Amino acid sequence: MTTGQGEPNSSIAIRTENLCRHYRMGDALIRAVDGITLQIRAGEFVALLGASGSGKSSLLNLIAGLDRPTSGAVVVQGSDLAQFSREQLAKYRLRTVGMVFQSFNLIPSMTLLENVELPMRFAEVDRGQRETLARQALQQVGLSARSRHRPTELSGGEQQRASLARALINRPQLLLADEPTGNLDSHTGTEIMNFIGEFNESLGMTVVMVTHERSLAERYAKRMIFLADGKLVEDQADAASAPAEIARGGQS
Amino acid sequence: MKIYDLTELAVRNLRESVLRNSLTTVGISVGVASLVAMLSLGIGLQQLADRRLEKSGLFDTVVVTSRRDLRSFSREQEENGPAPAESPRLDESARQKLEQLPNVVEAYPDIRFITELRYEDKPHLTMVAGLPPSAKSNDAFDGMQGSFFSSETAPEIILQKSFAEELLGRRTKPNSDDNVNVAELAKPLLGKELTMRYAERTATPATPSSAAEQESQPAAGFANQSGTAYSVVSREQTLKIVGICDLDPDSMRGQARARSFIPLQLAENLHVMQTSDLRDTTNIVGGKPTYTSVEVHVKSPTQVQSVEDAIKKMGFNAFSIVDATRSLRRFFAVLDLFLGIFGSLALAVASIGIINTLVMAILERRREIGIMKAIGASDADVKGLFFAEAGAMGVLGGGLGVALGWAIGRVINLGTNVYLKQQHFPPEQIWFVPWWLILGAIGFSIVVSLLSGLYPASRAARLDPVQALRYE
Repeated sequence: MTTGQGEPNSSIAIRTENLCRHYRMGDALIRAVDGITLQIRAGEFVALLGASGSGKSSLLNLIAGLDRPTSGAVVVQGSDLAQFSREQLAKYRLRTVGMVFQSFNLIPSMTLLENVELPMRFAEVDRGQRETLARQALQQVGLSARSRHRPTELSGGEQQRASLARALINRPQLLLADEPTGNLDSHTGTEIMNFIGEFNESLGMTVVMVTHERSLAERYAKRMIFLADGKLVEDQADAASAPAEIARGGQS
Repeated sequence: MKIYDLTELAVRNLRESVLRNSLTTVGISVGVASLVAMLSLGIGLQQLADRRLEKSGLFDTVVVTSRRDLRSFSREQEENGPAPAESPRLDESARQKLEQLPNVVEAYPDIRFITELRYEDKPHLTMVAGLPPSAKSNDAFDGMQGSFFSSETAPEIILQKSFAEELLGRRTKPNSDDNVNVAELAKPLLGKELTMRYAERTATPATPSSAAEQESQPAAGFANQSGTAYSVVSREQTLKIVGICDLDPDSMRGQARARSFIPLQLAENLHVMQTSDLRDTTNIVGGKPTYTSVEVHVKSPTQVQSVEDAIKKMGFNAFSIVDATRSLRRFFAVLDLFLGIFGSLALAVASIGIINTLVMAILERRREIGIMKAIGASDADVKGLFFAEAGAMGVLGGGLGVALGWAIGRVINLGTNVYLKQQHFPPEQIWFVPWWLILGAIGFSIVVSLLSGLYPASRAARLDPVQALRYE
């Protein structure tokens, strides 16, 4: 991403300004995101917390460039997503963002290898290179033996690992995870979280994770942002980071 | 996304719901097949008609008649040009003038008469026509047994094969000339002689008709205004059979109408009574004969029109096969159009099938589209994917359809020929698939498929990823 607006602080990865996402449902106006202003530094691990309907997923979708704000700005690496064309947004999702979902969202008709390869098809990566890279990515998440299997033949944890491999295949700077452990038991959930934590630390990726499990956020995230009714209610910048470090240290 | 990847993904998506997509593809192929079958039938029929006309060997011929002959070919000819009574006569000098026209190879009078031919003491009634020497090279005389006339005045005769059959007393059913072997017919007939009885028209001085009655042979005298007269005398001429030809007796016009031919010069020298003589009885001047019609041979069929126009300017009526084929061609153009429309109808239904299949696929793959968008697929990628799927169905359906149409055409052709055979007609190729129809049909099917894919593809591309991902 080029810095179109000349960001003063280059270490700021994501910045929102009075961000709103309203939509109509029948006669009612739903304020899913209602005037959120925040800054996330590059390399930060942020957890978005809140009850269901608090607007945390909506906020994540806005940051992911899957949705457009009603008003306000989402500036990622100096560029305002609200100003992007549909094509620019697609390119942003392809190159800058990697996404992981609660329901894994692997394409059922494709093998794991093909699923991991898919973003590279969109990025027009060379055919020869594609398979090597996809195999490497699967190896990284320990799924080498499963590359020819279809998602339905795998456990939830394996599927989520594959979706992690897919999210990282185009080397994005941002990893956005929407309840990544929501469909997993605590053991496999921990496994996935360890992977995410590792990517955050070793690759320096900025991670924004939506979760409603406070304990999980406390263990892994360096910062917790609490939302309610589309509004930011609490931003615990450093509070969780120290215990998280200890907790993770104890785990590994 | 690269074209190759697009195609690969499209094909794998098509394979994912094999039954539905192959049914849709079969739908397209049925549409294409009906289009191909219909059009190839139209083209085949047109070619059949063209072949028939070409066989008559008259594509480069203009038939000239006098406007005095009020049995015009059309009302249009009757109304344009000088009044019949003031128009020029079609006599020897007119024939020479016609021959002088640019691009004209030759102009010869059409002399024909119905007369009696005796063979082995059995009388046979037939039309005899004078044949110019140039007729030798006419396609119509291909496959003739024996030889052409030895000279322009030789007392020789060429028989049409059905007449030869009659002479031999072989009577086959009409319209079954296919199984007649010309060579077999020629064997007993070539070199034999037959006697032609005809009515000679001779000029006589203006005398009372009683003078004519004094002659031994029965004759009738005709007096005209200026006092000259001519008589009609019955005469006989022995003719040697030199050839048996394969001409189709049902051809449209010209010599082929006759069943026996003698050299043109001989026919002229015999001064056989022509039907026009009777009609011109009251107008005859100086005993100079007029021709019923003159056939003008043009260098090439493309020049027929200009020659025809020049002849019309001279004040004659002119008619050519080109005139006849023009209306025929128009008929076939309209026929092809209608056949094409009926054929396309099935393809139109098939295109609705494509739209339906793809819209269904969008509903079914809504989530998949959402996922692809979330991981970076652009609108163009998604659109291209659905477009490629429509195109792939078009290619498959087109190819399959052409094969199917070809097969249907063959079956129709086969069935028609079985029927023709039962009715004792010769077999005919009524169906023809030119290469441009094959390519055109596949191309048309691809275009129709892509057009059908237009709406589903843009609908898929516009899908909101957030809603698509929420969709379970």
